[in-house]
Amino acid sequence: MESTLDIFVKAIFTENMIFAYFLGMCSYLAVSKTVKTGVGLGLAVVFVLVVTVPMNYLLENYVLKEGALVWLNPEYGVSGSKTIDLGFLSFIMFIAVVASIVQLVEMLVEKFAPALYGALGIFLPLIAVNCSILGGALFMQDRQYSTILDASAFALGSGIGWFIAIVSLAAIREKIRYSKVPPALRGLGITFIVTGLMGIAFMSFMGVEYGKKKEEKTSTVSTVETSQIINEKLEQ
Amino acid sequence: MSKTEDKVKAPSEPLFSKKNRRLITDPLSDNNPITIQVLGICSALAITVQVEQAFWMSISVIFVMVFGNLVVSLLRNLIPSRVRIIVQLVIVASLVIIVNESLQAFVPDVSEKLSVFVGLIITNCIIMGRFEAFAMANKPWPSILDAVGNAIGYAWILVLVALVREVLGSGKIWGASIFGNNLPGEESGLYAIGYMNNNMMILPPMALIVVGIIIWVQRSMNKELVEEN
Repeated sequence: MESTLDIFVKAIFTENMIFAYFLGMCSYLAVSKTVKTGVGLGLAVVFVLVVTVPMNYLLENYVLKEGALVWLNPEYGVSGSKTIDLGFLSFIMFIAVVASIVQLVEMLVEKFAPALYGALGIFLPLIAVNCSILGGALFMQDRQYSTILDASAFALGSGIGWFIAIVSLAAIREKIRYSKVPPALRGLGITFIVTGLMGIAFMSFMGVEYGKKKEEKTSTVSTVETSQIINEKLEQ
Repeated sequence: MSKTEDKVKAPSEPLFSKKNRRLITDPLSDNNPITIQVLGICSALAITVQVEQAFWMSISVIFVMVFGNLVVSLLRNLIPSRVRIIVQLVIVASLVIIVNESLQAFVPDVSEKLSVFVGLIITNCIIMGRFEAFAMANKPWPSILDAVGNAIGYAWILVLVALVREVLGSGKIWGASIFGNNLPGEESGLYAIGYMNNNMMILPPMALIVVGIIIWVQRSMNKELVEEN
């Protein structure tokens, strides 16, 4: 069983939202022109993920999952006579939670933290349609975390991973402006290729083993073993 | 398109007038949703390891886009603009549920491989982008054409990327080996003379690089698309 810390570290590096699953790519490419806006959107994503994933976790475990409504009536449970499975509603429920939380967060931040609103303001509405938020909820559902703490650690880790990814890409793009890029590759083309190369760099975290004793925890394995791990990953 | 122009043209306009045909052909190349508008990348890249997955994903997106654009276009005068994002999300989410349930019923193994990415069609920027930019302001028929054009523009890039990655990465097309047998000890075809699959191609980052190269080729052929910086 993975510990909460493993889930957190894994979500930042090995299973980085951008480099391993390409979630939130649209806003990632559109808003990464300068470091300042990158930081703004990155913070907003961390914030919204940390709020919505635990909420969706509760929704999933107490309303949507097969037999989750057992707290209403024992007969609705998995072993009861009238088992209820609302799983098919999960997409619409999750997106409704995300959209309304984003709206709510926007209003609260505007009221109580005007300075933060100044920094995040224009990015918050964008986030309702950012794949990484809904993706966070769907991965949470897919992986069936056992406690709400694990789900929150996953949310925080993914948010931080997304943040690192957008800030580093924005920094690279600021520098690329001074380089001679072939005309046809300028702008979008080179951004894709740079993101791809960053993704390859992040793949090296695949060799990190989780869940070992403390002194062995961060030791990387030899290249042969790394390629085996990669192959195993691909087969899954 | 202004309203008066619409009213004058509407009664006499044939279903596939020049203007309507442009709605379909434009997104295929010069205004492609992936390579030019940069929309819908999220799901486009993650599922392009095999042509089969890319194909089913494309079919799903085409279905959701056509019906979504149609519904939004029919409701365009009834949706209050302040809550339009939520209304649009609910429309897409319902269509995606239909797609997801059908995939699970008819092609369960594909559905398993696509996993969360079917659900992520909901937040696929192409769909929301076309709702906002086109369906909210246009009549149903042009909206359907616009959806078909954009969805096919999305689909062909997706299938192309998947083709490159599957052929180079696992030496197969749609699961069928094309270079012979590569089992150790009983190699045949190209593998017998030392050819090897490029395992790199299967890894996620290569999808980005393949799309980058497609953009490069496309912009080299059409100089008008080159960005300033």
